[in-house]
Amino acid sequence: MTANDPSSTSLQLTADGQLRHFLTLDGLDRALLTEILDTADSFIEVGERSIKKVPLLRGRTVVNLFFESSTRTRSTFELAAKRLSADVLNLDISTSATSKGESLSDTLLNLEAMASDMFVVRHSQSGAPHFIAESVTPGVAIINAGDGRHAHPTQAMLDMLTIRQHKGRFEGLNVAIVGDVLHSRVARSQIRALNELGAAEVRVIAPATLLPRDVESLGCTVEYDMKRGMKDLDVVIMLRLQKERMEGALLPSEREFYRLYGLNREKLALADPRCIVMHPGPINRGVEIESAVADGPQSVILNQVTNGIAIRMAVMSMAMGGQMAERNRKLAGRVEG
Amino acid sequence: MSSLKINGGRLAHTDTVTTVLIRDGHIAALGEAAGRESADNEFDANGCIVSPGFVDLCCNLREPGNGQKGNIASESLAAAHGGFTTLCASPETSPVNDSGAVTNLILDVAATRSSVRILPVGAITRGLEGDLLSDMAGLAAAGCVALGNGARPVKNARVLRRCMAYAQTFGLTVMFSPENQALAADGYAHDGLVASRLGLLGIPEVAETAAIMEMLLLAEETGVRLHLSQLSCARSVEMLADARTRGIAVTADVAMHQLLFTEDALSGFDSRYHVRPPLRSERDRQALLAGVRDGVIDAITSQHQPHDSAAKQAPMAATEPGLSTIESTLSLGLLLVERGELGNADLIRALTTGPAAVLGRSAELCEGVVADLCVFDPEANWRPDDTNLCSVGRHVPLPGQDLPGVVRLTLRDGQQAWPCNNL
Repeated sequence: MTANDPSSTSLQLTADGQLRHFLTLDGLDRALLTEILDTADSFIEVGERSIKKVPLLRGRTVVNLFFESSTRTRSTFELAAKRLSADVLNLDISTSATSKGESLSDTLLNLEAMASDMFVVRHSQSGAPHFIAESVTPGVAIINAGDGRHAHPTQAMLDMLTIRQHKGRFEGLNVAIVGDVLHSRVARSQIRALNELGAAEVRVIAPATLLPRDVESLGCTVEYDMKRGMKDLDVVIMLRLQKERMEGALLPSEREFYRLYGLNREKLALADPRCIVMHPGPINRGVEIESAVADGPQSVILNQVTNGIAIRMAVMSMAMGGQMAERNRKLAGRVEG
Repeated sequence: MSSLKINGGRLAHTDTVTTVLIRDGHIAALGEAAGRESADNEFDANGCIVSPGFVDLCCNLREPGNGQKGNIASESLAAAHGGFTTLCASPETSPVNDSGAVTNLILDVAATRSSVRILPVGAITRGLEGDLLSDMAGLAAAGCVALGNGARPVKNARVLRRCMAYAQTFGLTVMFSPENQALAADGYAHDGLVASRLGLLGIPEVAETAAIMEMLLLAEETGVRLHLSQLSCARSVEMLADARTRGIAVTADVAMHQLLFTEDALSGFDSRYHVRPPLRSERDRQALLAGVRDGVIDAITSQHQPHDSAAKQAPMAATEPGLSTIESTLSLGLLLVERGELGNADLIRALTTGPAAVLGRSAELCEGVVADLCVFDPEANWRPDDTNLCSVGRHVPLPGQDLPGVVRLTLRDGQQAWPCNNL
């Protein structure tokens, strides 16, 4: 079993290797990931103009389908779509159709019937965007904005963009991901991206209760002792710890977690002095990270947010391009046929 | 009554080409004696295997109560299409089969509409709630061949112990799918490589093995006849073999799909293969195969779970577990034979005499026995699709692939159950 899952590859890419859905980083190679980063770089400049728009998605309809609440991800997707000149529809599904008993498939088929071109989907169940792309509305470009514990590929790519901006490369980097890896879709996508882009070592640092079974198979090493794990780090990524973890008997207390796995100045001093500190947000100050570190000189947490818009613009424009190419090919086939 | 002569077929258990004569619902003669007799009808079985009809220890017929997923007529016809002549019907119906009245209802419907023999399994706890004992003796008197709790948990070890002790009083067999509820929690996939990568909620092996350990200890203490349904782990097979050595009266089965597929079937989020217990690792699959070959595992079941299409049309966590398997169980077994992973004789035994013995029955083809048999061509291929499937459930394993093994004839009580005349 390799991390390169052929079924994901054929679902996400057109026959000539263009992106048409963006569901997971599994099956996407280094060249494509680099293309996403380069495209995002070119969009960063757009955000610095006084008129922050390009016409790439003019006339296209993008529907933000958030089955799970989110502020940051949803607003950056909305801004990204608007900067690409798309028409954007925001639907908070958790409070509408599905609560009236409509099935996920039916909700989506109705939206497709409104001539939508792209769905940005966040869902609490792993694989929901795959299901939509494969079985429900294959003619609509699907962008995964986070599904269950599975993947959050735009978050991982904006993290990669941030790392590249600060380190200039991936080769030779030692990167640690600290905290609740078990429940983290972000960590799974980051581990995959870092491996594909050539990082020297990806280290996960957490107690055994917060690690998935056979986590090494994802392409990382395991360290239980954070102080030892900070050695020679170029990048440290902190994960958000949710309060429910105490109730599930995965951890004894926030205090013990902070003492052992929280990032404070003392632990950060054990890393390489140029080590950058990242966090996908929202941060819990005093639970997984000390305020002085979150706001300190090594923190790049707010750069991550800025980069989020550029990455999402890149992914949306690329996937729409692939999806349109596919549609045109099908139309041409029908005319000839 | 009419008579039928089956010519040129190879008998499954002797591997010799033999004529079979059926008269008045029974096997009247075999071999040369049969060849000399004349019959009203003859069936050419050249190139085919003549086997005792298959016996399924775990099948969901969905009637009463879940007509959108299947009914006794549709699912028993599907069974005949798959070469089965005897089905144990799961108590998980609506209402649950926890009283003689429901058992009678099932048997009444079966008497008029079923293509094959239906043996109901009664609910061991009232409403399958896992709390209170059902009227076990009454269920047995109405015709239940065993008692179990379907795929649902018994509340705790104390209730389980009393279930076993009470069943033992009447010499009843209990059937349980071992799963520790607290350890399985919200899981729906094997807690292993694929679940970790895809972020699926895992069910660890220990959810099964811990439950088996508890059940074996309680069976040893109470002396009940215990049957473990749907093993999925390598360690479970070892524990079963040890228990046998200790003299515990325990038998076990495995679903055919557990012998063919692993957790890899879920990569790409294919909820078709969302089954319970989950498909596990290759090491587990190998151990289960060895268990069947060594006879530690007595039977292979279909674990047939027909569903309407909506049950599988959702992200995996929201789908219902189960495959529609009964029409392709034989074919999947023949794939294992083709690959050299299972012998022909082991396959036939695990589908016929093995499960029959668990029920205290026999499934031999010899003079004088009831003619429950099937004739299949192991060399011919078929491709399951909407034109040839009889089950309401269309979520079959390996859709769109050519599979070996076509059932040419199924007889129940000497009556033709497949091909169905009104097809």
